[in-house]
Amino acid sequence: MTEEIRAKVHEIVAEQAMVDPPDVSDEMTPEDLGIDSMGLVEAIFAIEEAFDIQVPFNANEPQKSDFDYSSVGAIVRAVHRLVDEQKG
Amino acid sequence: MTRRVVITGAGTVNALGLDVAQTQAAMQGGRSAIGELRMRDADRLTIRIGAQVAEYDETAHFNRQQIALYDRYTQFALLAARQAIGQAGLEFSGELAARSGVILGTSGGGLNTQDENYRAVYEAGKNRVHPFVVPKLMNNAAAAHVSMEWNLKGPSFTVATACASSNHAIGQAFQFIRAGMSDVMVTGGAEAMLCFGGVKAWEGLRVMSRDTCRPFCATRSGMVQGEGAGIFVLEEMEYAKARGADILAEIAGVAMTSDASDIVMPSRQGAERAMAGALKDARMAPDEVGYINAHGTGTAANDKTECAAVAQVFGAQADRLAISSTKSMHGHCIGATGAIELLACLMALSDGIIAPTANWREADPECALDVVPNEARDATVDACLSNAFAFGGMNAVLALRKI
Repeated sequence: MTEEIRAKVHEIVAEQAMVDPPDVSDEMTPEDLGIDSMGLVEAIFAIEEAFDIQVPFNANEPQKSDFDYSSVGAIVRAVHRLVDEQKG
Repeated sequence: MTRRVVITGAGTVNALGLDVAQTQAAMQGGRSAIGELRMRDADRLTIRIGAQVAEYDETAHFNRQQIALYDRYTQFALLAARQAIGQAGLEFSGELAARSGVILGTSGGGLNTQDENYRAVYEAGKNRVHPFVVPKLMNNAAAAHVSMEWNLKGPSFTVATACASSNHAIGQAFQFIRAGMSDVMVTGGAEAMLCFGGVKAWEGLRVMSRDTCRPFCATRSGMVQGEGAGIFVLEEMEYAKARGADILAEIAGVAMTSDASDIVMPSRQGAERAMAGALKDARMAPDEVGYINAHGTGTAANDKTECAAVAQVFGAQADRLAISSTKSMHGHCIGATGAIELLACLMALSDGIIAPTANWREADPECALDVVPNEARDATVDACLSNAFAFGGMNAVLALRKI
């Protein structure tokens, strides 16, 4: 399941950043990939649709949201947690 | 000689009240009308709060034929226009009618009509809709019905610049009179976006608060939508004086700018140029301004940018003037919001009462201005600004003076 989640998150992030999925790695930050705040909102929408989960994210104060988006790997872990919580 | 423009009538319908007196009393009391949204399918909403015009019964104001033609936003516009034109005491006929027009702002137009009829064809699978769907939903419907109801035969149209629509509309009407194209204009804005589809769309942006609207507060959590209308009668000053009209205030200047940078993130420079431009247009010195009705949406992006822009434009005067956001009370009424907020400016100029920023709890160091937290204040205000900074980076600022 973890690898499936990682692959899907990488695919969503890659599409948002307009790069190929193999060019995305867990160490990269949204900033590295050129994803701004609007891009982040769009990627989170895609994640919610793909995994049928609700992501707690407020675009007003993204840092205060209970969703770690500091790197692609952090997003993968956060999505994993939310899937476990909401679909487990 | 420069023609001057004054306000001689004001009307409103919004969550704080069904007229100007009720609205200003609520503003003076610092009362927030934000509450639980009541609408069809509200249980499917993530954001369930808003400032709705509660206990509004359209059948108390309009007959069956009118309701078939008037979307909720048109109804708000007509009720507010009736108050404003009634207060101004004008009858439009002959040459006056020919030169008087109506310019209104709206963003969503007849969104309730769209929502209901999309439901009918997509959800209920109906293959037929009411014959008046198009004339009911169109963005110029409200302005058109105001023109028809009061025989306004001059230039009339609708302005759509999202959250700045009514400031752009009022600014345009002001310029028409100042330029000599009209002696009287009816202007303002109307909005009724609080329907299921309207709220759903806003949810998507993830800038909506789930608790309440707290502009300029460190614990702010986003914007809250409202609805309603604000309508004004603008007149050339000598014309108004000659007929012995009561003058509420002068609109002394306006400026409109575009950020030309981002579709949603505001630019400090765009806001600064709009405020500085309005002062210049009004030949108003910064130290004349005692009050600013802020755009103050309660989002981090707006509030920090707006405060920084005020500090830049006003310098030392920024620490002496009062600035408040009445969106904390009537919600963000989008295309009507500038018009409804103009009532706070009129209250400051006419009654010497500054409306507070309600729901405020904790100072934000990035909004280090006098934001009039929670309680209205008595003050002598001779001049004020009303800010509107829209999505799309389109800004319009009005400058008003006491007469």
